[in-house]
Amino acid sequence: MNDGRNGSSENQVVYELRNLTKAYNGRTVLEIEHLQVGKGEILALVGPSGSGKSTLLRLLNFLEPPSGGFLSFQGKEILSGPGAPLELRRRVTMVFQRPMLLDRSVEENVAFGLQLRGRRNNRDLVQAALKDVGLESLARQRARTLSGGEAQRVALARAIVLKPDVLLLDEPTANLDPYNVSLIENIVRRLHEEQGTTIVLVTHNVFQARRLAQRVAFLLEGRVVEIAPVTTFFESPQDARTAAFVRGDMVY
Amino acid sequence: MGTELLEIILLSLRVSGIALLFSTLIGIPVGVLMGLKRFIGRRVIVAILYTGMGFPPVVIGLFVYMLLSRSGPLGQLNQPFFPELFTPEAMVLAQTIISFPLVAGFTMAAVMGVDPQLRQQVVSLGATPRQAAMTVLREARVGVIVSIIAGFGSIISEVGAVMLVGGNIEGRTRVLTTAIVLETRKGNFELALALGAVLLGLSFVANLAMMKLQGRALEE
Repeated sequence: MNDGRNGSSENQVVYELRNLTKAYNGRTVLEIEHLQVGKGEILALVGPSGSGKSTLLRLLNFLEPPSGGFLSFQGKEILSGPGAPLELRRRVTMVFQRPMLLDRSVEENVAFGLQLRGRRNNRDLVQAALKDVGLESLARQRARTLSGGEAQRVALARAIVLKPDVLLLDEPTANLDPYNVSLIENIVRRLHEEQGTTIVLVTHNVFQARRLAQRVAFLLEGRVVEIAPVTTFFESPQDARTAAFVRGDMVY
Repeated sequence: MGTELLEIILLSLRVSGIALLFSTLIGIPVGVLMGLKRFIGRRVIVAILYTGMGFPPVVIGLFVYMLLSRSGPLGQLNQPFFPELFTPEAMVLAQTIISFPLVAGFTMAAVMGVDPQLRQQVVSLGATPRQAAMTVLREARVGVIVSIIAGFGSIISEVGAVMLVGGNIEGRTRVLTTAIVLETRKGNFELALALGAVLLGLSFVANLAMMKLQGRALEE
């Protein structure tokens, strides 16, 4: 993990956010005082809809620049003007709530990110990724003929074939049946164990957060109300609002 | 009449083909840009584009005529860049202007029909802006090919502009549509009908070819 060149803890931090804000048309939707994401951890972001979870994820994916504050990735500051350079951007990828497959075959979809990087001989990697998600038999099929669960697994294969340093998951199982939910959770867990991928998961499902994450952050109205290791978060939350959310009492 | 007819067919195809090539080469990038980018003045350009899509070709023919004629603004300049009146090149210019808004407008609509979140996904997977635009264009391929078909249809069948700027000169600027007008006026209805059938046939074959290009995209 730590190669010892750069002191100790610096290397372990993938993202660092300080006083980070995001505003649309003058309305602030996100205001993060301080947040660190450690290398190799699974961090879940939970909270009601409109709490800024997805916006935060989009900033972590460099899809949008922050409006203010400090954001760094792997020790490099991301400036809001030029945004993240391509080389850094390509170490992070996201799986969206909807699979967002291209109108091509399943294997072409999985090969897509590799092709963007100019890696043409990718058959073996694509096959392996499809095997990881249990869909190697559908490689030649057109993506638009897949069921919802299959499509989302292809989307996951398309992301993990890139071996990203960070995998961002935005409600990846929100529209799926329990069978596919558990399949996808297992794939994510295995990816984390085998490759040590850093994962940031956005979910409104507290049970999923509990099953997968090591740390959980609770967002409300664009702010982090509480962030804690998973056990602490669920068993002895410090903030009354977190407690209400965990109990399922929060009305929103 | 045999070789003469062949010449007319070939000239029709050449003029409309080259004009389509130009309007496609300019129209598709413009359509993609208009579909993907938001910038100041975009609405005005879109409005101009939409107007151009329904603009009477004969009026465009008139503009090009004025532009190229000796008494027109460019007549005196004698620029090597602009073609002379009553030449196939002048017809190409007029037909390019007629078909360009159709290609650009329909391409823009097709690109805007692609889910914006798909574009974000493509960027998230590591695409450069150029790669993202190309990917969106490929997703919109059915609509883009429709835009080319519409552009071709608008010029192969067009008569007013080619008549004005081409002059329907035998052996030089006579194309299928202007030949039909002429033969009908002379009372040669059989020949006019035969030419009409050739025009229809050409149009049909050209569209079949483009649908073939569209290929799998149209299935299901």
